[in-house]
Amino acid sequence: MAGLHDTREKLILIGNGMAGVNAIEQVLKLAPDKYQITVIGKEPHPNYNRIQLSYLLEGSKTFEEIILNDYSWYEQHGITLLTGIKATHIDTESRRVQLSDGTSSDYDKLIIATGSNPFMLPIPGIHKEGIVSFRDLQDCERMTSAAREWKKAAVIGGGLLGLEAAKGLLKLGMEVTVVHLFPDLMERQLDPVASSMLQAELEAQGIRFLLNKKTTAIDGETRVDRLQFEDGSSLETDFLVMAVGILPEATLARDCGIETARGIIVDDFMQTSAPDVYAVGECNQHRGICYGLVAPLFEQGAVLAKHLCGLPVEPYQGTIVSTKLKISGVDVFSAGEFQDAPELDVIRMQDHWKKTYKKVLLRENRIVGCVLFGDMTDSAQLSKWVKVHEPMTQDIHEQLVGSKHIDDADPLSFVAAMPSDEIVCGCNGVTKGMIMHAITNNGLRTVDEIKSSTGASRSCGGCKPMVEQILTLALGDKYEGSHSAVESLCGCTTHSREDVIAAIRDKRLTYVREVMNVMGWQNPEGCTKCRPAINYYIGMVWPDAFQDEKDSRFVNERLHANIQKDGTYSVVPRMYGGVTTPEQLRKIADVADKFEVKMVKVTGGQRLDLLGVKKEDLPRVWEDLGMPSGYAYAKAIRTVKTCVGSTFCRFGTQDSLSMGILLEKKFERLWMPAKFKMAVNGCPRNCAEPAFKDFGIIGNDGGWEIYVGGNGGIKLRAADLLCKVKTDEELIELAGAFIQFYRETGKYGERTSEWVERLGLPAIVSEIVENKARREELMASIERALQGLYDPWGEVVESEELQHRLYEHIQMT
Amino acid sequence: MEAVMSKGEVAYYPVGSLADFPLHLGKVVKLGSGGTEIAIFRLDERTLYALENRTGHQKGGPLAEGLVSGEYVYCPLRDCKISLVTGEVQLPDTGQVETFPLCLEGDVVLVGIEQNG
Repeated sequence: MAGLHDTREKLILIGNGMAGVNAIEQVLKLAPDKYQITVIGKEPHPNYNRIQLSYLLEGSKTFEEIILNDYSWYEQHGITLLTGIKATHIDTESRRVQLSDGTSSDYDKLIIATGSNPFMLPIPGIHKEGIVSFRDLQDCERMTSAAREWKKAAVIGGGLLGLEAAKGLLKLGMEVTVVHLFPDLMERQLDPVASSMLQAELEAQGIRFLLNKKTTAIDGETRVDRLQFEDGSSLETDFLVMAVGILPEATLARDCGIETARGIIVDDFMQTSAPDVYAVGECNQHRGICYGLVAPLFEQGAVLAKHLCGLPVEPYQGTIVSTKLKISGVDVFSAGEFQDAPELDVIRMQDHWKKTYKKVLLRENRIVGCVLFGDMTDSAQLSKWVKVHEPMTQDIHEQLVGSKHIDDADPLSFVAAMPSDEIVCGCNGVTKGMIMHAITNNGLRTVDEIKSSTGASRSCGGCKPMVEQILTLALGDKYEGSHSAVESLCGCTTHSREDVIAAIRDKRLTYVREVMNVMGWQNPEGCTKCRPAINYYIGMVWPDAFQDEKDSRFVNERLHANIQKDGTYSVVPRMYGGVTTPEQLRKIADVADKFEVKMVKVTGGQRLDLLGVKKEDLPRVWEDLGMPSGYAYAKAIRTVKTCVGSTFCRFGTQDSLSMGILLEKKFERLWMPAKFKMAVNGCPRNCAEPAFKDFGIIGNDGGWEIYVGGNGGIKLRAADLLCKVKTDEELIELAGAFIQFYRETGKYGERTSEWVERLGLPAIVSEIVENKARREELMASIERALQGLYDPWGEVVESEELQHRLYEHIQMT
Repeated sequence: MEAVMSKGEVAYYPVGSLADFPLHLGKVVKLGSGGTEIAIFRLDERTLYALENRTGHQKGGPLAEGLVSGEYVYCPLRDCKISLVTGEVQLPDTGQVETFPLCLEGDVVLVGIEQNG
């Protein structure tokens, strides 16, 4: 595509860091061919995730693992990457950048993303050997090699970066002392209570602290050997890390006449004072603020990219920052305002025994800030509330304060009495004895560990509670699994579903791989648990921008048919409400003959199933059928079972057939957290079995009763009565609101039977039955999600490309 | 089917051009009618692996439709994890899937098959 006659506009990025490259990624996504792009990077590496440097130092990750975009990424996108070269001058008149190798490049648009530099205290001795900052890869390497040679390390600065550096050095085997100018650690993010808890925790881990100490000089011949403090005391050290803060790198812009203050001054679209020159990330200053954290740079990048692509975009309003300390074993979080003040109301909970602390700050009854220590359960939720200044309600208060119910039956007596050879996991044939063995002999401590070691709870997950009980039985109080702060999506990451959805929403992420990159997946390629889940969450959050990613789909949803144990597929065409016609039956019979299907069977959901279809025949089977997909293979709206109701039945009081068909036509094709089955019955005799459905409806003389959360599968559960309604309109609106509420709050793979129990029926009633405004909002969201849906079988029949890519095999003779 | 080159006991047969192999997915190549099925997985522009199209699980089933994660594929039927490089089934499952050598000549994908007599 590039070449001599490339007529595209030229976009140059100065700075190959996260901020700039993120902006470029977003530009590529919005308008892949709009710009001819050149990236100029001072560091001789591809772009890496700088926020994970602390993991690199701790040794929990390698450099390869924190690379965000490797060289092939630049190549694939036709980007010219110049590493080890600096931009020396910008001529904003003639729109040209001069480079340190003597060449120059013209631009139509220029992005400056030069980041920031560590601030080095201007004190005597600062240039001695053995002093580093904690900012880039070289610093990390210097720290690692210092740890091999020397014993004592000092860190000046008790902020986020300083503490992460200190923990890293401690892990590398050094004796570490943190020197801090102020009486409290992380005083820019934490209040004194959280700060002292943090200090106690880190002291227990082995870090020493000198607070209220102003460093005045660094002694030593050529190398640092002692720090002098203002109060006359001193500290012996072999190595010093300077982590007192950062300064935006604005020199180049300043020297070229672009307006700067502390950073490069930008407007709400990241534009500098020079035409077509933009600045993004830590080098800029927006409405007086220079940010030093990652969330703002993503938000700025998103605005800039849209602006560069000529798309409509809301001006950037600044970011309410939240902070999380990235030290393993220490959980601290804060967002928004965190210090007590006379005009603020404070909700405060401190548990000295569990060592947890939670503080929420309110201004005029709105949530404006929070501090958490020890228990991170509410961090994602709180950060969202802080961002939108959510008004405080009774519900939120209960959620924050928490009220645990106490179950008096001893759940362990059952597993204790179980014989050792009894099977716990029926799918994979794992016995209680095998699990006990894994716990006692291999030292396993969590359900996930047991899952990957023995296979128990891997397939249907029905035995997971029992595995947890066996863990409790074997480990007693040492088992923390089920009470651990947050449940991560899978073993590839520590992030929870809530974290992932918040990131998709806040950072406007629309690709599975992007989510895993940005959120720092430990297994960068993901697995069969997380990738389909992320794919679903993206589609749920951004129904308009979502492009289904086939390679993150399980085979059934990728091919739109149900794989069988011999590698053939089953085909279930849509028959609305379970009603068919002689014409449809004839067509089905013809297709069954023509393609020699192995069996035709009536399904549990009142449909016909053609079993034993070869993969390569699927498109032609669908074409011949001429019926839409019944989605019998998907985590989606499945079938609506009906009885014949008042149309034929002498007991029927309502037209259950018409209602079933209407509901199925309205909501078909919606992707759901898990399969979603419905049934409509015309009288309370329940021939269509609504009491075991996710959404079951029973007609009576005066209207409809709605039951939810039923399940006739792995875990048998009778549905709960949600409410009664009088009209069809009310029924449809409640169905829509219920489905959408479950789509938004259900965990991927969680059936409504589990979801209803997790949220509690009263919470669902108050959300969709009692709150009219919320119900209408949910209905509007579901209408938006329904808009982009189409029949996937028809799409494949029409597209030779899809047939070739997904269905055909290669035959060699 | 004709070999275009051979190395020792292994003869290489062209099975298609790069464009026939979708990224991050598996493609089935059938050798003869009713013969061996090979699943070819494409990880990036020019990295491909060839394995027998049969999951290492004792209960059997195809492999080509699995979900690809880096240098592993998860079997589509029972979710066992198999190395694309060695064919080894990862714990807690066990087993071995046959692998085939593969090379590229320009855009042509060649799969190596052992010639036993």
